[in-house]
Amino acid sequence: MIEFRNVSKVFKTGDKQIDALKDIDITVEKGDIFGVIGFSGAGKSTLIRTVNLLEKPSSGEVLIEGKNYTTIPEKKLREAKRNIGMIFQHFNLLNSKTVYDNVAMPLILAKMKKSDIHTRVKEILQFVGLSDKADNYPNELSGGQKQRVGIARALAPNPSILLCDEATSALDPQTTKSILELLKRVNQEYKITILIITHEMEVIKQVCNRVAVMEDGQLIESGSVFDIFAHPRTVTTRNFVRSVVRDEVPESVINLINLDRESSRIYKVEFFGTDSGQPVVSKTAKRFNVEINVLFGNITELQGIPFGNLIIQVIGAHREVEDAIQYIIEQNVEVKEVEADGSQHRVNDQSFVGNIVHG
Amino acid sequence: MEVSIELMIRALWETLYMVSISLFFGGVLGIFLGILLVVTRKGHILENKVIFSIVNPIVNIFRSIPFIILLVAIIPLTRLIVGTSIGTTAAIVPLVLHVGPYFSRLVENSLLEVDDGIIEAAQAMGAGPFQIIFRFLFPEALASLILSVTTATIGLIGATAMAGAIGGGGLGDVAITYGYQRFSTITIFITVVILVALVQVIQSLGNIFERRIRRV
Repeated sequence: MIEFRNVSKVFKTGDKQIDALKDIDITVEKGDIFGVIGFSGAGKSTLIRTVNLLEKPSSGEVLIEGKNYTTIPEKKLREAKRNIGMIFQHFNLLNSKTVYDNVAMPLILAKMKKSDIHTRVKEILQFVGLSDKADNYPNELSGGQKQRVGIARALAPNPSILLCDEATSALDPQTTKSILELLKRVNQEYKITILIITHEMEVIKQVCNRVAVMEDGQLIESGSVFDIFAHPRTVTTRNFVRSVVRDEVPESVINLINLDRESSRIYKVEFFGTDSGQPVVSKTAKRFNVEINVLFGNITELQGIPFGNLIIQVIGAHREVEDAIQYIIEQNVEVKEVEADGSQHRVNDQSFVGNIVHG
Repeated sequence: MEVSIELMIRALWETLYMVSISLFFGGVLGIFLGILLVVTRKGHILENKVIFSIVNPIVNIFRSIPFIILLVAIIPLTRLIVGTSIGTTAAIVPLVLHVGPYFSRLVENSLLEVDDGIIEAAQAMGAGPFQIIFRFLFPEALASLILSVTTATIGLIGATAMAGAIGGGGLGDVAITYGYQRFSTITIFITVVILVALVQVIQSLGNIFERRIRRV
């Protein structure tokens, strides 16, 4: 468990003062894969470094499993750091040492017995799938393999927390995916709490269960990944969500609206959760005298739950169309009518008949 | 008077003697000062304004004194350390003080070449300052350090030529006293050929070791 309590960090360069972190309050629960997302310069790198005290907070405290490391002496702190593994964007492996020696390094620093080191390194290399690369040097490996070595090195001393500093940002999408899968296994099999910082929403989407959004050193939003994706409250968060789940109305659809406004209307149906598993669209088409065309769709999966939106064209008599939409709303699905200018208005239960309220 | 082969061999031996002994002590001094220059600088693992602002100018001062001046200027110190101020052994003291600070700058450069990320990774896994220096910085900088040693060694060979001023002997001394002062072109030629060969061999060895360590 990691608790950030009113953590602030000020950097002073000359007479300039930069507030890298402003009053951050986050609790990362045991077993979480917690993601912190933000653009570069948002302060997320500084934040993750306050956990293992590569950066000391200017004020506030960071508690690791309930303990404040800033108050313990240097030597004890070094021992305590074995409980926190860290992996980096550029891997930071020793190029002069073999994969085996790189992974063994934290154990050598801990003055572990040679035979114990051997067992542990073999075991952990097996886990990350690099048993056959033990005698290779880092520059003989691909980016993904290097990060696997990084992960093995971080896991070697058996930590309870793993910090990931943009760990996949230097990797291609395919490799990113495999590294994220590995992190998931780390979380599940070793019960390690993982804190990830990234600027890629895709990373959050793929592995995290909880997420915090940072901007200008401040925490602007946090919650479960599902909630943040479903109901982003700030523009920044909405933009991050959009980078993974497109929700803008394509131009081709807007052109359609202009064509025929009388007999057909276009709606965006948003699925958050299990609802999208229901065949809402086909049920509606059967029940009402309307024809439904799916014009555009974007459904993805968040932690095993379908999530996304469909843009549908409902063709039929005015009254039938409104009844059909009313029915869809009753299924606990959010519906927005798409206007000719591409804007979307929420179709609200109470105010549905007669007028459309701006959402 | 022509120079004999025996004289040349003795001079070569004296040069190698002065170079190797002063390289050893100068190397130790240079590594020590080089580490200080790196780790006490601003933002590094043992940032220390006081130590840095003492070591840095001292290294500069020794580097700016021409070796021939240094040779003579520290005669009392030389006598204190080796008991005599003339001869091959006496030349070693100023050679050490000459090459040490020079080498410290080369060590400084080599260690600073190591990616900051390596230090960060070391700190993240709980390495102490000594562990960071000897388990992370030095292994990573080793190839570059080998080249630094090579450069320092060749610099030393040049400096030994002046050791003749205090009776140090060596190839440079032969070239000056027999060749230059007695107008023996052949002596100059032979000593220069030997020196060139020596430098070539040392540089080649340095390159071979460096490549082997870098595994290219």
